[in-house]
Parts: sequence; C-alpha cells; structure tokens
Amino acid sequence: MKLTKTLLATTALTVFAGAVTAEEMTIVSWGGAYSASQLKAYHEPYSEKTGVTILNDTSSAEAVAKLRAMSEADNVTWDVVDVVAADAMRLCDEGLALEIDPDKDLAAAPDGTPASEDFGELLVSPCFIPQIVYSTAFGYRTDLVGDTPPSKICDVFDLEAYPGKRSLEKRPINNMEWALLCDGVAKEDVYDVLATEEGQDQALAKLDTIKDSVVWWSAGADTPQLLADGEVVMGSTYNGRLFSVIEEQKQPVAMLWDAQVFDLDGWIIPAGLSEERKARALDYIMFATDTQRLADQAKYISYGPARLSSAPLVGKHAELGIDMAPHMPTDPENAKNTFLYNYEFWADYRDDIDAKFQAWLAK
Amino acid sequence: MSDTADTGPVLAADGTPLKRSLAKALRVQKTRALMLIAPLLIFVFISFVLPIGNMLFRSVENDIVEETLPLTIPLLAKWDASTGELPDEAVYDALARDMVVAVDAKNHTKLGTRLNYELTGMSSLFRKSGRVITKWDVDADAPFKEKFIDLHEDWGNIEIWKTIQTHSSKFTGGYFLNAIDMQKTPDGIASQPESKQILVKLFTRTLIMSLVIMMSCILLGYPVAWILANLPARQSNMLMILVLLPFWTSLLVRTSAWKVMLQQQGVINDVLVWLGLVQDDARLIMINNQFGTIVAMTHILLPFMILPMYSVMQTIQPTYLRAAKSLGATNWTAFWRVYFPQTIPGIGAGSILVFILSIGYYITPEIVGGTKGVFISNRIAYHISSSLNWGLAAALGAILLAVVMILYWAYDKIVGIDNVKLG
Amino acid sequence: MAKPLDTISMPVSLPFTLSLVGLLIAALSFVAGVSTAANFSQFLLTVMAGAGLAIAFAYALISLFDSARPAMIVSALLGCAIGLALGSAGAAVLGIILGVIAARLVFWVHYRQYRRGLPTYLTSNQVLWHYGFRSICGAIFIFLITPILVVLPLSFNAEDFFTFTPEMLRFDPEGYSLKHYRDFFTNNEWQRSFKNSLIIAPIATIISVSLGTLAAIGLSQSHVPFRRAIMAMLISPMIVPLIISATGMFFFYASIGNWLEGSLGFNKTFVGYIKVILAHAVLGIPFVIITVTATLVGFDRSLTRAAANMGANPVTTFFKVQMPLILPGVISGGLFAFITSFDEVVVVLFVGSASQKTLPWQMFIGLREQISPTILAVATILVVISVCLLTTLELLRRRSERLRGMTPS
Repeated sequence: MKLTKTLLATTALTVFAGAVTAEEMTIVSWGGAYSASQLKAYHEPYSEKTGVTILNDTSSAEAVAKLRAMSEADNVTWDVVDVVAADAMRLCDEGLALEIDPDKDLAAAPDGTPASEDFGELLVSPCFIPQIVYSTAFGYRTDLVGDTPPSKICDVFDLEAYPGKRSLEKRPINNMEWALLCDGVAKEDVYDVLATEEGQDQALAKLDTIKDSVVWWSAGADTPQLLADGEVVMGSTYNGRLFSVIEEQKQPVAMLWDAQVFDLDGWIIPAGLSEERKARALDYIMFATDTQRLADQAKYISYGPARLSSAPLVGKHAELGIDMAPHMPTDPENAKNTFLYNYEFWADYRDDIDAKFQAWLAK
Repeated sequence: MSDTADTGPVLAADGTPLKRSLAKALRVQKTRALMLIAPLLIFVFISFVLPIGNMLFRSVENDIVEETLPLTIPLLAKWDASTGELPDEAVYDALARDMVVAVDAKNHTKLGTRLNYELTGMSSLFRKSGRVITKWDVDADAPFKEKFIDLHEDWGNIEIWKTIQTHSSKFTGGYFLNAIDMQKTPDGIASQPESKQILVKLFTRTLIMSLVIMMSCILLGYPVAWILANLPARQSNMLMILVLLPFWTSLLVRTSAWKVMLQQQGVINDVLVWLGLVQDDARLIMINNQFGTIVAMTHILLPFMILPMYSVMQTIQPTYLRAAKSLGATNWTAFWRVYFPQTIPGIGAGSILVFILSIGYYITPEIVGGTKGVFISNRIAYHISSSLNWGLAAALGAILLAVVMILYWAYDKIVGIDNVKLG
Repeated sequence: MAKPLDTISMPVSLPFTLSLVGLLIAALSFVAGVSTAANFSQFLLTVMAGAGLAIAFAYALISLFDSARPAMIVSALLGCAIGLALGSAGAAVLGIILGVIAARLVFWVHYRQYRRGLPTYLTSNQVLWHYGFRSICGAIFIFLITPILVVLPLSFNAEDFFTFTPEMLRFDPEGYSLKHYRDFFTNNEWQRSFKNSLIIAPIATIISVSLGTLAAIGLSQSHVPFRRAIMAMLISPMIVPLIISATGMFFFYASIGNWLEGSLGFNKTFVGYIKVILAHAVLGIPFVIITVTATLVGFDRSLTRAAANMGANPVTTFFKVQMPLILPGVISGGLFAFITSFDEVVVVLFVGSASQKTLPWQMFIGLREQISPTILAVATILVVISVCLLTTLELLRRRSERLRGMTPS
C-alpha cells in the first residue's frame, strides 16, 4: 500500500512536472512519411523559433468524426488539423472549423503578392488553408504485369490483360469516377452522370466486374505494403506513398500517370478554441504556410506546394539528392491527363453515394 | 428445556429476542457486504453504465429536426399529406425563416445528413439550398414557395415534405428499424430497398461466424487443456508458457502476423508452393475472407477457452477414470460418461467468454476479413467514425448488447457466472 | 545420453517396421502427388516410388547398423549430399535434419522405443492413441506459437515492409538489420508511448485490483441482496462491445475532464492521464472480479471466524488470513487487468489525447499510417521479456518447492 502511494505520488509529480514546463500544441496529421516531412519542414523550425512543444497526433483519417465528438462534448483537444479539402469543406459546413481571412491570417509571398492570389483557386473553402497538391494514382509491380506495362487507367479494369488483384480505396470517391471513365463516359460528363441514380448504378456495375479481384484498403500504408508483397499487381494510393516505395525503398514498382485524381490537402483550425490557443494556432499557420516552408516540405516528399510562389523553390530530395520536380503531380509530363476532383459535387453527394457504395461492398 | 419454551421467545445473551438478534446480525452482514461492494459498484455505474446508457439513448433521440426547424414543424404537422398537394405558402415562409437561422449557425447540413438516412438526396438538397438561402431577406423576399421550387425542384416534390413530416418527432424508432433493414416511411413501416439490405445479413454472419470460432476453440482447446491438466507440473508449466505467450502478445501484432502468414504471397502459401503441394499460379486464398477472420480470431481467443477448461480439469480426480475403467468401461465410455460431464462447466465458461468476446471484435476482422469476413461491430465502427450516423450505430449496438445480455443471462441460469475461472 | 539411446530392446518384426515406414511416406507422397501429378498413372508412380524408396532406405539402415547413432550420421550425410545435389545451402541443411529424423524414426519404431516410459499393460491401440493424441496437441501448440515465431525474424528485416525478402530467405546478412530496434530506442514517439503505457497500465491495474478484490469479497458473503444484478453490472465492461464503450466513455470523460480542468484547475495533461487510467481501470475490473470470486468459492470461512475469535480485527484478519490465501487469484486477476490496459487500443484512441499516446496506440499507427516493422521489434522485445518473466517465475516456484523439501513435481 505504501508502495502504491509512493508510486502514485511520483507519477503525479512527473506528469505535472513534464507538463508545466512549456507551451504545448497538438497537431493532427496523417502519419508516415508525410508527418515526417511536416516535422522537418514546419514543426522543428517552429519549435526552435517559439519554444512551443508540438505533439503529433495521427488521426487525420477520422478527423471529421473526432472533431464532431469533441465539439459536442465541448472538449476540443486539437489545435491544428491536417485534412483533405473535402473534409475541410464538410467541417466548415458544419461549423466545426474556424473561418480565416487569407490576406490577414496568411503570409504574403516574398514579392508582396497577397496570399489570396498566391494560393489562388486552391482556397476552396473559407476554413481551408491549402498546403500541398497531391494526386491519387495507381502504382503497379513492374515484374508482374508482363511485357506491356499498364498505361491507361482502364487497364485497372482489364482483368484479361492484367490478371491478379488490385487494391482500391474502401470508399466511393475516385473509384466511381474511374469506373465511369472506363465505361465510356466522357471526362467532362462524369459528375453529371454520377449525380443520377442510373449513373451511380452504372459505376457500381462497372466496379462489379472486378470486385472479386479487389483488395480494399483504408489506411495509407496498405497499398505500398501490398505492392511490396506482390499481393496485388496494381493499386491506388497517394503519389507520395508511391514515391517512397519506388525511390526510397527501391521496390520494383512504377507509377501509372493517367487520370490520376488531383486533390488538395491542408490545414484547418478547429472552431471553439480558447483565444490563447486560437492565437497560437494562427501563429503556427502563418509560419508553416509561407512560401519558403511550403517549398521546404517538397524536399522530403513528392507533393507539390500549394503556393504559386513556392514552385520555383522546389529543389532536390534532402537525402536521396534526386530532382523532385519530375516526381511532383504538378509536373507537365505527369499531368498530361489528370482528373479534377469536384469538391462541391462530393460535398453534396457524399452521404448519398457512400450509403450506396457501402451496401454494394457488403453484398 | 420445555419450560423455557413457555416463558416466551428465545432470548439471546444480551436479552433481546433471538429472532430479532439474528435478523440484526443478518442485516449487519448484508450491510457489510454491500459496503464492500459499494465503491466499485458506484464507480462502474457512474463511469461505465451511465455513459453507455447515454450513448445507447442516441438510438431513439431525434430532436435535431424540431430544433433546426422550430417554426416549420408545427405548421407542417397540420398539413395533410394524403391530399397530394404541396404545403401552402405559410409552411414555405416558415421554412425560409428557419433556414436562414440554421444556415447562419451551420445547422442545416447536419439536418440534411440526418434526413439523408431516411431519403437519399436530402443531404445535397439542404447543402445546395443553404448556399442560396443565406442571401435571402426573410421579410422582403416573400412569397417563398416559388423561390424554393426554383432553387431546387425537389422542394416541389411531395415526398420530401412527407419525409420531413414523418421524421419530425422528438423520439424515433427509425434507427432501430434501419438496424433491421426496415424503414419508417410516410406510408408506414416498410423494408429497405434491396440494394441497402445488409444489416440483418451482417448480424446473422456475426452470430454464425462467432459460433464457428467458438466451436473451433472448443475443438482445439480441449486436448490442450487436457494435456496441460494431466502432465506433471514441470512439463505442463512449460507448455503453459506456450499458451500464455500469444495471449500476452499484442493483439495488433498477432493480427498482422496472421496477415503475413495467410496472404497469397505469405508464409503458408510459400511453404506449400515450395513443397510442391500447391501450384505457384494457384495459390490458396486464405485472407480477406471469412476463413482469414476465423483462423485469426480462433488463434486470438483460444487462450480464453483453454484457461477456464484447464482450471476445471485440474480439479477432476484421475481416480474417477480409473474406477470407471476397472468397472469394465471402455476408454471411450469412461471418457464420455465420466470425464466429459465433469468438464462441462469449463467448456461452458470458455464458450461464453469466447462467444461474447468474438461478437464484439472489430480490429481483427477489419484487418484480415476483407469485405466478406467483417462483423456487425465493423459496421458500428464505420457508422461511428466514417458515416457519422451515431443513431444507427447506437441502435446496432443496443441490439448487439441485447443479444449478449440474453446469452449472459442464459449462461448464468444454466451454469452460474461464478464458475468462470481464468487460470 | 548414448547409453539408453543405443540400448537394444527386443526389435519388432522387420515387415512391421518396413510397412509402417512405407505407409508413412506413401501418405506424404499421396499429398504431393495429388497436387503435382498430371494424371493418375503419374500419381500412382509418385506414391509407389516414394513408398518403395522409403522401404529400401529403412531396410538398408536396419540391416547395416544395430544402433541408431551411426545410422543417423550416415543418413544425415546422405541427406546433405542430396540437398547439395539440389543446389542450395538451405536444402543441404534441411537434408541433414530430415536425414537425422528419418534414421531416428526407423530405429525408434524398430526397437519399440516408443514403449519406453509408458505402462507396460497398454495395448498397441492405446500406445498408438497416446502418440496420436500427443501429435494433435503438438500441432495445436504449433498453431498457437507459429504466428509469434514468424514475427520474430521479420523484426530484423532490413527493409521497411512486413515481407520475407529473398535476401532473408537466403540467410544473406544483407537482408537483416537492427534498424527497427534502433528506431524503437531512439525514436521519441516510441519512447514516449512506452513510458505512457508504463505509467497508465500499473495504476489502472492497482485501481481495478483493489476495488475489485474488495467487491469480490463482498459478493462472496452469503445473503447479498441483488447479487445477480450487481454481478452483471460489474461484468458489463467485458461484454459491451468495445467500440460502444469507447464512444460512450468518450462523452463521459470529456465532461469529467472539462469539470476537472475548469472547476478544480487541474493541468490538462494530468487530467488526460486520469481519464485514460480510469477508463482502463473499468475495463480491467471484470477480470479481477471473475478470478477473485472463483478463488473465494473454495475459501474456508471458518478461518476468518477463527481469526476473529482470537481477537483479530477485520482489517488484520483480511491482511493476515484472507489475503495470503486468495493471493493467487488476485495476482492472476491483476495480470489480466494489466494486459487489458497494456494491449488496449480502441478506448484509448477515443478517450486519450496525443500526450497520453500508449504503446498499442503507437503500434496501431505503425500498422495503419506508416509501414514500420518497428512494431514487430517492440513485439519481439515484449515477448522476450515475458518469456524471461515466466521462466523466472517457474524456476522460483521449483526452487521454493525444493527448499520446502518437496520433490519438484
């Protein structure tokens, strides 16, 4: 019993002592190489500059659910959250994220261009501070696809030419668009078709043709692991993950740059923070999204910076020393045939199509 | 002795009647027992039972509709849907006023999401409308009926209004209906469209697969428990380490180990191909299906079966078996008629543990189950963290909990929960 | 060791040994034949050839040698030669092992060594059953332990995937590295989460064991009103599906946390620890209740009465008489509670915040968001620690038995 008391007392002391020394903020992101690049490019310099301790959480995948629960319980423990643009819009729509004024809250470009112009069209929601441009693309095993490697997105749906499993994300977004594209729908009509019941059924019917050969992934690490195992011949994932598999891990994998879906990822600040925490979060955002910082991140991962003014500053990989530009989704060579993600459409139809897709999946 | 009986009630040493004294002693005993239990009971009640109850309450809670549209709902209640005519201008006017407030507070998207569970298309209707309505001036821009229908043709669709009317009550059984693949429609209770019927199937699958897992745990656990109970302690303790080791290894590690073992390029397939038992192009599919879930979960839950069985078998005297044999029973009869009946409490305890734990599992099926090998808990987790349909998640959870409670109750009646031992 | 192995007992008849060995190999070739043979005659040929070769091999061994040891050496050399002929070091090693086993098996069967250590009155069928049963149990133990054994070598993988690389299979030192262990010991996130687990799990265990033991003692008294209902409520944390507990507890602990921070002015991090510890304590309680009540079922009440008779107060009685007797139950309940907390990932993901990240949480990230065999390195370390602990416990138990003058059982 005495031991218990001592133990309790010491723990309490250590916990207290550990906590009161410095200001802390919790930043939520995706984990893996992406978090590592943020750590190097943003967190470390920021901590050095201000002395704030940054705690990393990697719950971005469940950010919407968690933030909703936190706000309902009036106990928001996160300070800055990294989410994809669609989630940011959703959070903004539900009043769970703070609206910001780009020209006031974000740094101007070195030449004085205001942030609203520097980010341009990428400011898709009043709550969203863009950080990177990424794309969801396919990677394939070079040793498992025969002599003619896949070159078009529709090769994913071609089980005869490319037998074997493929991995797709366990959600309708992207998969439905690809299915329609490969079912003869023109690129510009995809979202119009998808807005109708028949269009949704058409996409699911196309997906049905490969359903038995699909491994569904839900975490970003899944497809790289499946490709490395040779468990799938091709799979969709974020282009940065594929870059890491190909260039850093030297696996026999190559990129399929066709109809990859362009998307944005960036920060939001949760609504309902105390004034003090809000000020700190805004200060961090101001620091972490300036021209130089965004370009710095591209040294560690192959995602394009969201500012126009950062693009010329993108250089070589920090450790491998290779040129990063050809690996960026924004590179002209890679962006020959890209697919633009329609935020508004998915914000409106996500609930509807999700329900259908999940039911289809479980059948 | 007989004369004391005449003088009245039996007295205790201190002169009080013995009956009262005994009752008092009993009361003291009861109070003492309750005092010992009380701290834990209060702790568990406050920090577990109440929060869970609160969570499950969400399965009937439905005040979002009335709170978001406080002016519209009372007016809409008076509207008679059976006439086939759209509500009148007063309702549209009230809706405009409600929506302006809701859009300002960003509540209209939540309402849209809520109503979308009942009628697909509601979510996009509310989101799209919200963007326009925010610019309206409620006093100057009347009348609104035309405006709404211009804004989105669905506002002129009677089904939309019927759905809002049907789901405007403060409490609803709708989530429970949804949980069993039914739905509450304006025309009464009906079953969900075929394409959405999955939950009953998932419930049955969960129960059947949990039974299979339980049976395989019994089959695998029984011999092991027997050998552990019958070997000399020195050897059995060493073997016990083999049982406890997986038990103490992280669940996540064991699950990923099974992934490494079972996948098509995995250890088992590699070995089989190397031995020439399986062709390289016909590797067995053992993961992302029910087989994967069953194997991995059997492995994970096996110690929960072995430990209670072992503790029961340890107490069985080997002399009973010898006696049966010397009385002429064959080996099989001796086992089946003498030994086996004595181990039933162990089997029961293990089975109930394994079954209850397995129907609530979700991490392992999520990782190795693919789409065919997932359980109802995966669905609950999906609704909690992806689709954000907490009402449905709570309804599913409540049903699952009810199943577990019935099992627990039946078990307690038949065997008694005190007989569950863990090593 | 040489003596008993080579002691020749009465051999069984030669045809018996040969047919047994032949049958065994025929069964193996049957499986191989089913999957590889193109047609029936080829299949038959595979089976016959396998059995024939095995019989000839056994006959040669038995007639050439009268003891197992030289036969094993020769057979191992033979296996090694065949393996080398097939062309890889791995096959040679496997050949040696198989050769030794084969020769040992032949002599074991031929000289009835399988009868050793068994009662002499057993019939042949009973002996067969004895070994059959042991092999079944062996197979189940292999099922239990293989996944863990598979994980161990992968933690030395030089690559960042959960995959056996060709280099690893060739036993090429290039394919192995200690980098995941280095990562565990140097990476701040892993260290912090390990520390957090070491803070949270013991305290949660102490809470659930102390409250749970008291309640179990209360429950074991006769005449407890509403016993069933109380028991059901105390067991409930085990039977409510975790995901529901997690969400329910999230809302509850969030409001508790707000109150602690707002009204009592506690530090946020400290409150975070309290929340996770209490949540884990609740989850551990059913295990303590179950194990301790089970121990108390066999508890002799007259002992406490005797203690009370001799003038001990209830507290003394509890610590001096009752506690030592039910201690095994309490300890095993405590172990369960500890493991529950130490391996719990669902609830902590909801209730905790980043500063309370526990080891399982970090492992969960390692599995989902980044591919990191570091989780396998951690698992290996934990497995080694628990093997050491269990072995030490077992050795201590034997020692204490020896000291008490008992022959170790």
